[in-house]
Amino acid sequence: MAALEVEGLARHYGEREALSDVSLSLEAARTLVVFGPNGAGKTTLLRVLATLLRPHAGAVRVLGSSLPDDAWAVRGRIGLLAHEPLLYRELTARENLRFHARLHDVAEERVEEVLEAVAISARASEPLRNLSRGMVQRVAVARAVLHDPELLLLDEPYANLDPAAIELVEPLIGAASGRTRVVCSHDPGGGLAEADLVLGLRAGRTVLLRDAAAVQPGEIAELYR
Amino acid sequence: MRRTVGALLRKELLVELRTLESVPGMSLFAVTTFVVFHFALNRNSVDGDLASGILWVTLLFAAILGINRLFVADAEEGGFDGFLLAPVDRSAMLVAKVLTLLAYLVVLEIVAVPAFALLLLGPSLAGAMPGLLVTLALGDLGVAVIGTLVAALAVQTRARDLLGPLLALPLLVPIVIGGARATSPLLALSHPTGAPARWLLTLGLYDLVFGLIAYALFDFLLED
Amino acid sequence: MYGKGLRALSIATVAAMALALALVFFYAPLEAEQGFLQKIFYLHVPLAIVALCGFVLGGLLAIQHLRTREARWDMRSYVAIHMSLIFAVATLITGSIWAKGSWGHWWVWSEPTLVSFLIVFLLYATYQPLRFAIEDPERQSRYASVFAVTAGAFVPLNFIAVRLSTAYLHPRVLGSTSNLPGPMALTFVVSLAAMALLFATLCKYELTAKHTRAQVRALRRRLTGETGAPLRQRSAAPSLQPTAASAGSATGSGA
Repeated sequence: MAALEVEGLARHYGEREALSDVSLSLEAARTLVVFGPNGAGKTTLLRVLATLLRPHAGAVRVLGSSLPDDAWAVRGRIGLLAHEPLLYRELTARENLRFHARLHDVAEERVEEVLEAVAISARASEPLRNLSRGMVQRVAVARAVLHDPELLLLDEPYANLDPAAIELVEPLIGAASGRTRVVCSHDPGGGLAEADLVLGLRAGRTVLLRDAAAVQPGEIAELYR
Repeated sequence: MRRTVGALLRKELLVELRTLESVPGMSLFAVTTFVVFHFALNRNSVDGDLASGILWVTLLFAAILGINRLFVADAEEGGFDGFLLAPVDRSAMLVAKVLTLLAYLVVLEIVAVPAFALLLLGPSLAGAMPGLLVTLALGDLGVAVIGTLVAALAVQTRARDLLGPLLALPLLVPIVIGGARATSPLLALSHPTGAPARWLLTLGLYDLVFGLIAYALFDFLLED
Repeated sequence: MYGKGLRALSIATVAAMALALALVFFYAPLEAEQGFLQKIFYLHVPLAIVALCGFVLGGLLAIQHLRTREARWDMRSYVAIHMSLIFAVATLITGSIWAKGSWGHWWVWSEPTLVSFLIVFLLYATYQPLRFAIEDPERQSRYASVFAVTAGAFVPLNFIAVRLSTAYLHPRVLGSTSNLPGPMALTFVVSLAAMALLFATLCKYELTAKHTRAQVRALRRRLTGETGAPLRQRSAAPSLQPTAASAGSATGSGA
């Protein structure tokens, strides 16, 4: 069974259509990369899949549960890495992660494990407002994978990260993590390289949906024109 | 539920201890307001109705400061989303925030009530203490419940600093009525008596009804 | 379809208002103490009762909105509260006039009903600003409904609390209908019914106007595309999203 099944999804904000008639299907452990200019509906799609926004029309099944009615069953199996880190600036990385560990009923040892994995242990006792944006992004990665989610929803995950940091988080949120992934990207080359399936959005509508192998880089550049 | 409330409460107190944004401000505001009342009324001591009114209005306005800040960190730093992604009972947020606000109010009163007795109050507080504590506890509970509901309502709006107090004050009028009426005989200069049970009962019932309303409605403020 | 029955309702309202006024001026006896001024009672008290019931009704409709998530319930709740606010202003004005005439002051704190009414009015005065301050229409509707339910429950609670707090300084002969003499009671009941009809008619007019406007917009957007009707400005009033189907049926039904 597919990990993600979306059929005719629509979502609007008042009269403005953010998404209309989006359909796709993604197998487990595969990567969907979503391309599209700003305002194309990428973030809205991620938030719908994350159960944070209710779909207005269409059928959405995430990890076998249909949204929004059975959203409770998939919460805790999804890891979201959004634009905002979803962390408290006044708390340290360790305190933030411990808070999320308690919410997700994850053992405290796991906190140290992920802090180690994103190489932030040395500065885990400083309030986040003292850390650079790249470091905060690494803590956000740690937060997103803390509860070992089956599905990862990543909104431009590599923004603010230097090449060394990208290499660092790759085993956690990259294709090698073995998780089902939905990645929003602005980077045609890098995005295409990690994709199994490509979705191109423009003004909330699907303009491209194809296996990555059959997509030319030029087609992606065309989306932004 | 208990684990979630514990986690949220711990986070709230950690943030407050680190930033000291709410409680010290509320307490200082209350003490300053007593000084302002001294000059505005041009009186060195107050008792009875007037004392009880000054105490409750001051506590109420100090509470509004805390209410206005209650959800700001969650709304601005994505704490709501982080919470909503977890597989937990959403009412835990309501319970944790009510307890947080309640803790703020208790600390506020530990500072403000002695300051009031020292600066303005004519009669001694010694005999009034048990009655005053019960009245304050019931009043605080109501302020915490209504304050949390209103803060959650106002925090997602563009004019939250304005809308919070405008929404909260009318809803808190019955608390002021009950609290001030119950307190005024305690603070009378001659023949102080106990807090009338009628007013304590009114406060208790109001707390209960709004507790149920907040419990029923809070989830709708979280989802999107 | 929203205009259906509007004419019959309007005629019934006019007839009821005319009957009520006739009873007030030609049938109801002059009150011994207050004389002619007491006649404002037949306007003031029905206004107040209808406004308060309208507020509570707005809360009940809001519960329905929260349960079903259908925009039409939010629209009804909004119209009920909006109309009640107008009735509440009229209540406060007539109440002040009555207070000035019978007690010599424009405002009396010892009248618990008047004081509670003011508190309720002040609370509901924040309803429109609250809506206006939330941009996302769906969130606006949901938050407004949470407000409407809370405030609707607050109406009776507040009346109990304020009444408890106020000693009855003034004789409350006119406070309830139970001790009114027969002709006065009859006149009062007819006035109340007329006022309730007026409320219902005005609400129906507003709902019809809002639906018609939404349908016209939807049709215009369908005919001319996005350019024909620019996106709706931020507003305190709820928006309706008529589907293409409902916009289509509107053309068929004509009147």
